[in-house]
Amino acid sequence: MEKKHKKIDYAKWGYLFILPFFVSFFIFSLIPLVDTIRYSFFEYYRSGIKEVGPNFVGLENYISLLGSDMLKYTGNTMMLWIIGFIPQIVIALLLAEWFVDARLKIHGTQFFKVVIYLPNLIMASAFAMLFFTMFSTNGPINSILMSLGWISQPVDFLGSVTGTRSLVGLMNFLMWFGNSTIMLMAAIMGISPDIFEASELDGCNSVQRFFYITLPQIRPILAYTLITAIIGGLQMFDVPQILTNGQGTPDRTSMTLIMFLNSHLKSKNYGMAGALSVYLFVVSGILCFIVYRMTNNDDPDGSKAAAKKAKKQRRG
Amino acid sequence: MKKRAVSILLAAALAAGALAGCGSPSGTGSAEGNTETGTEEGSAETGTEEGKVINIYSWNDEFRQRVEAVYPEVKETSKDGTVTTLKDGTEIHWTINPNQDGVYQQKLDEALMNQADAAADDKVDIFLSETDYVNKYTDADADAAMPLTDLGIDPEKDLADQYSFTKVTASDADGVQRGSTWQCCPGLLVYRRDIAKDVFGTDDPEAVGEKVKDWDTMKATAEELKAKGYFAFSSYADTFRLYGNSIAQSWVSPGETVIKVDQKIMDWVADSKEWLDAGYLDKNVKGQWNDDWNKAMSSSSKVFAFLFPAWGIDFTLKPNWDGEDGAWAVTNPPQEYNWGGSYVHACTGTDNPKHVKDIILAVTGDQENLLKISKDYADFTNTKTGMQQAAKDDEGFSSEFLGGQNAFKYFAPVAENIEIAPLSAYDQGCVELIQNSFNDYLQGQVDFEKAKANFETAIRERYPDITEIQWPE
Repeated sequence: MEKKHKKIDYAKWGYLFILPFFVSFFIFSLIPLVDTIRYSFFEYYRSGIKEVGPNFVGLENYISLLGSDMLKYTGNTMMLWIIGFIPQIVIALLLAEWFVDARLKIHGTQFFKVVIYLPNLIMASAFAMLFFTMFSTNGPINSILMSLGWISQPVDFLGSVTGTRSLVGLMNFLMWFGNSTIMLMAAIMGISPDIFEASELDGCNSVQRFFYITLPQIRPILAYTLITAIIGGLQMFDVPQILTNGQGTPDRTSMTLIMFLNSHLKSKNYGMAGALSVYLFVVSGILCFIVYRMTNNDDPDGSKAAAKKAKKQRRG
Repeated sequence: MKKRAVSILLAAALAAGALAGCGSPSGTGSAEGNTETGTEEGSAETGTEEGKVINIYSWNDEFRQRVEAVYPEVKETSKDGTVTTLKDGTEIHWTINPNQDGVYQQKLDEALMNQADAAADDKVDIFLSETDYVNKYTDADADAAMPLTDLGIDPEKDLADQYSFTKVTASDADGVQRGSTWQCCPGLLVYRRDIAKDVFGTDDPEAVGEKVKDWDTMKATAEELKAKGYFAFSSYADTFRLYGNSIAQSWVSPGETVIKVDQKIMDWVADSKEWLDAGYLDKNVKGQWNDDWNKAMSSSSKVFAFLFPAWGIDFTLKPNWDGEDGAWAVTNPPQEYNWGGSYVHACTGTDNPKHVKDIILAVTGDQENLLKISKDYADFTNTKTGMQQAAKDDEGFSSEFLGGQNAFKYFAPVAENIEIAPLSAYDQGCVELIQNSFNDYLQGQVDFEKAKANFETAIRERYPDITEIQWPE
């Protein structure tokens, strides 16, 4: 206690080292952010090469967005996301379980881990271009199907709602399932092997082990994966943008929120685009908050309810 | 508690980063308002010493080829085509951005906004525009394109031999000409000789011309083609220009914010639906400038004809054709039309006015040069007397690609009769979005009313100042 005055203060070095982040965050993120919110209350766009505004219009942008098809595009976005996410999480769970399972003794796990992660390294737009060419009416997929004799007329994949949405889903699935697999593998490897050994001694089969041990144990990470995927899904745009040439064809059914935002930015409509960004910001903010609550629980199970229950039991 | 605060901050930073990623309106706030000051500076600079770099904005290398061909000062062009050196050491820097999806205009607009602040050698000196959006840049208030008289070009005298409709197109609302073009784009019907022989028993342009002389005859011909398994045209987008460029009133009248959809456009929708359902068009080709469309021009395709002006034959059809030369021929179209046209503008604020003047005059106002372009690139050039000569000169202007045919014989009369549709600054968006919206209808994805509603939504997004859309009765 008497040596207290001699204690060296390392904290300032810590602050110094994180300073670059905060400076660049302030310049490149915070200022544009505040600007976006400010412009969302203005009428501000370009007609030809003539500027209109900025004129203060209050909440008009927000109201007219609610009156537009914004909710339809939200629906589109969620739909496209779900089509990709369900196979993504199912396959990822399955692969993670298999790769980690010591008894299966899969050879070359390391190799497969790299391979399944590879699609994520390709630029989304390049990936979309590839699919666009492959699935066009004169493309190789149609030629193969026709030469196999499975179809007589070329299938117009990109001309139908189901076709376009499935393709977007498929691409998102291919791009992201490797990422989820690796994350879930880390989670499964974090489970204490004692539990698995104990269950084996009790005669537990692999299905039971998956549903009663693995799944409950990785719930926090699973929830985290889910929320970050939703946030990523909300901002989905590159794949459908390239695949449908920015039109969200057919009938605007594959138009996502960010593509909607982009079509406002074509006329440099900062007011309307700003208001839409603020809506997105609020939704992502709420989701981030949920993640924060979830990852900051001391309870191993990860849920508040379970924590309360455990407390009660301890007391009782 | 401290840990909690940090976590909140990080969570906020994550979300904020996400938001900033989509919005990105930063920086533009300070760039606005510069256009007006730029004007004064620009005109003050005119007449002073010439800059070392001429910056030219365009969407492909067509203009570069023309300049290289006829501008006598050109020494050489770098291998990658980005820099052309002139004999006096001045460099032309080519900035090429694709036209699709408005990319070219976005980049150009950005450069024009910064024109006043840019260093002399970074200033845009010449930019090109297409008929679809020439009006946006010739607008007197926008003051992006200099009046030609300010450069020392007298349109009455120096450009007297140009087709008058090209001069009207390049002029602002007060009739001040702010641009000039070397080409004139009367369109023809280009057809496959082998298909013509197979179906009609002859590939003679006169005889085929009779078969396609108006829409009613064309329809009967399409039926004949269909019976033999051919398509008349590749897609409904091919015929759009014939209707769309003959509208009676402009999409938006000057000073108004109401879009008036012309009856001609609705005729196009109705006819296209009929033709598509009847099987006269290839259902698999959706629109132009895509892979399917390009393939429709190859030897394996079943498409009989395309509707192209001169540049289309040279720039689009020729590269996509994989067979022998001489397989195609031209004849009169079912309706006279004009498609496209690249206008050359001197940019307000240029630091190379003398060079700019010379280039514009050399490429667009010199009959000899224009005839050379016509000979070398099969372009239909903007010289009335020159083209009349060319129409008669079967020797000098025969095209190998067209099997020795002199296309100018067919182009010239069309050019004389072109009446350019009234333009507005909203044309490009309207033309693009109406085709996109009705694409779904023609493909059977949505009904007619829904397609109309989709057009209204899309056009309001593109042009926030549009207040109303009026459809013909």
